[in-house]
Amino acid sequence: MTRKQRLVVIGNGMGGARLVEEIVSRPGGEHYEITVLGAEPYGNYNRILLSGVLAGTYCPEQIFLHPLAWYEQHDVRLCAGQAATRLDWQSHRVQIADGSWEPYDRLVIATGSSPCLPLLLNLVREDGQLIEGAFTFRTLDDCQAILAHSSHARRAAIIGGGLLGLEAASGLVKRGLEVHLIHRAPHLLNLQLDAAGSAVLARLVSEQGVQLHLSKETVAVLGEDRLYGLRFSDGSELACDLCIIATGTRPNTDLARAAGLAVRRGIVIDDDLACSVPDVFALGECAEHRGQTYGLVAPVWEQARILAERLTDSASQKQYTGSAISTRLKVSGLDLTVMGDKEPASSTDEVVTYAEPTRGIYKKLIVREGRLQGAILLGDLPGSMPAARLVQLFLRGDPLPTNRAELLFPCHAGSKQALSVAELPDDAQICNCNGVSKGAILAAVRAGKRSLQALCEATRAATGCGSCKSQVQELLVLACEGEVAEDPAVHYYVPAIPLTKPELVRVIKERKLRSVSAVFQALADGREDPTSKAGLASLLKTIWGKDYQDERDARFINDRVHANIQKDGTFSVVPRIYGGVTTPEQLRRIADVAEKYRVPLVKITGGQRIDLVGVRKEQLPAIWKDLGMPSGHAYTKAFRTCKTCLGSDFCRYGLGDSTALGIKIERRYQGIEMPHKVKLATAGCPRNCSEATTKDLGAVAIEGGRWEIYVGGAAGSRVRKGDLLCTVATHEEVLLYMGRFMQYYRENAKYQERSYDFVERVGIEHLRRVLVEDAEGICERLDREIQAAVDAYVDPWQREAEQPVTPTQFSQALEAVPVPLGASE
Amino acid sequence: MMKAPLPPGAVCYNLGHISRIPRGEGRTYRLRDRLVAVFRSRSEELFATQADCPHRGGPLADGIIGDGTVICPLHAFKFNLRTGTPLGNSCPSLRTYPVRLDADGNILITVDD
Ligand SMILES: Cc1cc2nc3c(=O)[nH]c(=O)nc-3n(C[C@H](O)[C@H](O)[C@H](O)COP(=O)(O)OP(=O)(O)OC[C@H]3O[C@@H](n4cnc5c(N)ncnc54)[C@H](O)[C@@H]3O)c2cc1C
Ligand code: SF4
Ligand code: FES
Repeated sequence: MTRKQRLVVIGNGMGGARLVEEIVSRPGGEHYEITVLGAEPYGNYNRILLSGVLAGTYCPEQIFLHPLAWYEQHDVRLCAGQAATRLDWQSHRVQIADGSWEPYDRLVIATGSSPCLPLLLNLVREDGQLIEGAFTFRTLDDCQAILAHSSHARRAAIIGGGLLGLEAASGLVKRGLEVHLIHRAPHLLNLQLDAAGSAVLARLVSEQGVQLHLSKETVAVLGEDRLYGLRFSDGSELACDLCIIATGTRPNTDLARAAGLAVRRGIVIDDDLACSVPDVFALGECAEHRGQTYGLVAPVWEQARILAERLTDSASQKQYTGSAISTRLKVSGLDLTVMGDKEPASSTDEVVTYAEPTRGIYKKLIVREGRLQGAILLGDLPGSMPAARLVQLFLRGDPLPTNRAELLFPCHAGSKQALSVAELPDDAQICNCNGVSKGAILAAVRAGKRSLQALCEATRAATGCGSCKSQVQELLVLACEGEVAEDPAVHYYVPAIPLTKPELVRVIKERKLRSVSAVFQALADGREDPTSKAGLASLLKTIWGKDYQDERDARFINDRVHANIQKDGTFSVVPRIYGGVTTPEQLRRIADVAEKYRVPLVKITGGQRIDLVGVRKEQLPAIWKDLGMPSGHAYTKAFRTCKTCLGSDFCRYGLGDSTALGIKIERRYQGIEMPHKVKLATAGCPRNCSEATTKDLGAVAIEGGRWEIYVGGAAGSRVRKGDLLCTVATHEEVLLYMGRFMQYYRENAKYQERSYDFVERVGIEHLRRVLVEDAEGICERLDREIQAAVDAYVDPWQREAEQPVTPTQFSQALEAVPVPLGASE
Repeated sequence: MMKAPLPPGAVCYNLGHISRIPRGEGRTYRLRDRLVAVFRSRSEELFATQADCPHRGGPLADGIIGDGTVICPLHAFKFNLRTGTPLGNSCPSLRTYPVRLDADGNILITVDD
């Protein structure tokens, strides 16, 4: 038997890992013994989605493509966190950071690229690190560092107005920072857009809250140990406490250059993806092919596919001849696709444009010899040609219709040209990152992949930048002939039980299931799925109230010890201060407790409460006993707080007594469990000092002694003005409608669905019909049920401060005794 | 019956009576200068792992468990309790330790010192 070939891959990024995945899944792959050297200390993740991690739409753990276990399963040796430092191609071996040598028969270099740092004064410290507060944005570590820093930063500056800079800026705006984008050129995305398109984009980006500084050249970082601002070539300065450098990338070629391989901008490869020395190949952003380097994943994955085929099938003649590329900007609410040229190259090129700058629409096509040579497609215009179709025309170089208007507006131009994905031809490319055609997706659905997840896994569609996901979903629905036979799991209330919330509630009531374990016994074969426990506990409490059989293990730790866990495993204590109105006596007590227990941090919260932070678990009961105040529930999915403003008693603008109302609301609804936390506010007049219109529930006094009730407001990672539910005359009515809304939300929202998502999902008109006009005749019942919940409420600390539920409820760590040898039984 | 001898360097600790851990929960124990998390499932299985989550040091004993899995209370990373294998994340595996009950219901754990 022949010995296996040793294949070594340097770089475990999007190109390297894809190559390995392609090789192990192909016949012929078994002839290789694969070693991957990856400088990053992880399995393989989707770098593209780092933009989403920064914006908070993904958590880091969701972007992993291959966890470490995958490598084990496929017999691939991954040296994670081990960079290759030297290549000796004459003797076929590479040296690793720890000094050892790794022999190979075939070597693939996929080292990607690194951020290019502009020459700014003070940017780089003497030790070679960036000054504190300045970051690059390329790796998961970069992203985590930015996020850690951003939690106490206020004002961010992004240097560089390219795709990466724009995505970073939009991400940080979503995180609530004030964001400034500094760009040297007069136009944003100047590599991809012309001046007119850029101007439209600039408007849209500013509307999203990014402050633009164009034609501005940064020359220096202000700060010695820590950045506090930037200086520009015109002498002006900008104060900021976080800065992201996004001024382009440089292929990682050091290793190849030092070994004597041909390197220009990138490592030179030919159509076989081979480098200038035997048995060494390169792909991805580090490689230069026919004078071209790439900075997008589609060409990188195409190269990986071709090289995998060549390496596993000796008969293959496949060659790489270059990629035409198109890009989409991944900023939500901003639809931009670009491809090819942005300007005509000669007077014979045709330019077709359509622009409506005030609506944020700009479309420009460059046509050369009857074929699409480039396009800028900004803004979503119903009835216009889908970008996917134009990308396809561009990538394949298809001849265009002679009536150019059809290219932009197929239906207005009276043609029967394709309009939606449904009408696209089968060979139209849907996923540009992975090159997946409509036909391939439909075939997979026919082969039984009838859920979105299964479909994406099978075809790889939507697993790159993810922007084609909605189209894949549309195709799925289409192929299932309207019967949406997909992903029922997204509608399940908890993952372990295949029932929607209303179905589950019905079964739980019918079968009188009163505890989480009883539900698992009855509906999940006794399998206790841990991810489903807390959701079930919340639901059962809502359904059964006093008759709920509590099982502590189904609660999240916060609800086991009635405090909010912090990053170091300590807890925070928030006593309830109704409506944010306190007394000297209360303050004194809180101060005494803080001193007595040496509480590390005493903090006024955004909800007008006092937070004692950094408390150890075993201190909790004593602290609560000494406080003698009710729990503020700052730790749980329940009614949290009602913020108030001064209102008519003291404020000279006050129209209604917002303080008294807030206190009444809070006394009544304190601690009632909800699908997610619920925060309220009352304002004494439309000046809205307590920000009542951006709370889950808010009441605002208006002229004429009336109160407006708002529902579904948000001012966190999302900002949304609440919808007006109704206007009422008295405090009692405010309490009534708020309670009714809460009960409806308790019964109908999914677990962890915030009120604003819920209100958007069911619609404010629907809520008005049901809760105000009583169209379904359920108001009386809702009022009764919320009253029952109010009656069932007990302050957790009243009992547990004196008598823990179990003896070790508040133990941080228990002691153990060594057992003498041989005496263990 | 012969007791299986402890491997060289291994130390056995008595963690006290099983009732100190409520069913379905976990507790942290201090064994000299090492912390371990011990879990007692609803079906009365015992598991022991390192106490700190490899991600950012979250206290694993405070996590929700079920079906042989623990969910870290800080960022919800999951780990297999029996093998320590990370589930859906790329952290290193948890260290796991053999645990059992003695005849009086005391928890015995073996660690290499
Ligand atoms: C925030 C962000 C958003 C993006 N969005 C998009 C998008 O929407 N669409 C798109 O098409 N593209 C996007 N990209 C670009 C895309 O991620 C890259 O084109 C792609 O990752 C390139 O793959 P690669 O394998 O060549 O390089 P990489 O993915 O960078 O992988 C290279 C790997 O090699 C490692 N390495 C380097 N040197 C060594 C060494 N000596 N030894 C061992 N390992 C080494 C590196 O640590 C790295 O892990 C985005 C990039 C970023 C950073
Ligand atoms: S919201 Fe109106 S009443 Fe309340 S404090 Fe502000 S100005 Fe005064
Ligand atoms: S510390 Fe455990 S998941 Fe983050």
